[in-house]
Amino acid sequence: MQHFDVLIVGAGHAGAQAGISLRQNGFAGSIAMIGDEPDPPYERPPLSKEYFKGEKSFERILIRPAAFWEERGITMLLGTCVESVDAGARIAVTASGETLLYGQLIWAAGGRPRRLACEGADLAGVHTVRTRADVDRMTGELPGVNRAVVIGGGYIGLEAAAALTSLAKQVVLLEALDRVLARVAGEALSRFYEGEHRAHGVDVRLGSTVDCIEGAGRVTGVRMKDGKVIPAEMVIVGIGIIPAVEPLIAAGAAGGNGVAVDAQCRTSLPDVFAIGDCALHSNRFADDMPIRLESVQNANDQATLVAKTIVGQDLTYEAVPWFWSNQYDLKLQTVGISSGHDATVVRGDPVTRSFSVVYLRAGRVIALDCVNAVKDYVQGRALVLGQVEADPVALADTTRPLKDLSGVERAQGVT
Amino acid sequence: MVEITVTDRGGQARPIEADTGMSLMEVIRNSGSDELLALCGGCCSCATCHVYVDPDSAGLLPAMSEDEDDLLDCSSHRDARSRLSCQVPVTGAMTGLCVTIAPEE
Repeated sequence: MQHFDVLIVGAGHAGAQAGISLRQNGFAGSIAMIGDEPDPPYERPPLSKEYFKGEKSFERILIRPAAFWEERGITMLLGTCVESVDAGARIAVTASGETLLYGQLIWAAGGRPRRLACEGADLAGVHTVRTRADVDRMTGELPGVNRAVVIGGGYIGLEAAAALTSLAKQVVLLEALDRVLARVAGEALSRFYEGEHRAHGVDVRLGSTVDCIEGAGRVTGVRMKDGKVIPAEMVIVGIGIIPAVEPLIAAGAAGGNGVAVDAQCRTSLPDVFAIGDCALHSNRFADDMPIRLESVQNANDQATLVAKTIVGQDLTYEAVPWFWSNQYDLKLQTVGISSGHDATVVRGDPVTRSFSVVYLRAGRVIALDCVNAVKDYVQGRALVLGQVEADPVALADTTRPLKDLSGVERAQGVT
Repeated sequence: MVEITVTDRGGQARPIEADTGMSLMEVIRNSGSDELLALCGGCCSCATCHVYVDPDSAGLLPAMSEDEDDLLDCSSHRDARSRLSCQVPVTGAMTGLCVTIAPEE
């Protein structure tokens, strides 16, 4: 039986950074990383953007060159996944039947795209966007596609719609709720992005419920609940992910929607950490509510925290959440977590295509969404970090830089 | 290919062969650096590829965009030599360029 001092399950952003950070912090024990895809770790955000559009080759989105992992003494076990864990015996069993002994386990398995439950969901031409293979299949089909339907108005769906539009495809975007980005942003941002997509030719349909996908073998269209059929040669489904935690839950770990972790990303199982998209953690930027954060920032910062914890540092996870999304020529940057807000302030005029939405809870700034407004993003960070109490009128005043509203200056009476 | 010198946070300088047409961030990352996070992958959305460019080499670089300038303000280690390496395309004129990876935030 092979033994590794640290076994990393998952070779996405979180797993990769865990390996990099362990070595960077002087960890000298043996490390293995298990990934269910055949490729070494690569960046996922370009999958719905530059890689999909053919602007960046796969080599350019590798997190490190393929040879890096061996150079760092990290054993890569690619093309397989862990199917069961015995935390008492410190054993993980892979789908290919290997039994691996570990000293400490870092679970960074991410999630699988949620699929439609309706008829036709498995037809050829129906895609999700999570892996290189997903996108390679899509790009292979693109020459035969004129009309595409995107199901889901979250970030993945919107980015895919923007990419397809730039590739001169006709796009219909279906969102079940009454606005896009409903789970992650306030209405001002939703309405702005709906308008932008429509201006770029996307047929955005809100409150739209899918009945089934039509086709014989290959998709020909999407049938709506009202009976209308939208013809399409390609369907992209972006309706979220299901955290890949079943083996840990089966092994007795606390959790459900993800695996529950403490402030050091420890699960309830001995010597088992969980990080990234699948880690259900109390986040101080979400009013200490248990949440999962599906972002590169969270994957990276939790990975670094666990690596440093393993080498003996005493740390607590309190990194400020941030995220970005590029659509057309729009650079969206968010900082903080807006869910739970009770007020919003729009700073700047969305018509100018440069503005920010500031989210407040009980008068304090908890998050910003900044569109083509990098200065607000950078300066707003301090407001989120300090959960600064800010005057909505001052926040809306674009002649006043956000840095002038920081808590320290308020405390000194400068404002 | 041009040769540039990268100094890590520990002060260790090493030469790397850089492909023209790539960004400075990509060539540093591909040289096996552990230190450059470059979390947004080079789309000028974060400030985790911060480097210091030797003043003697600064003339080889393109001017800074407003977005890069604003993002650099994320760093408490910003100084007059600061650049985001993802915003610097490597060109044939850059032989001898010397950069230092900025401290961790």
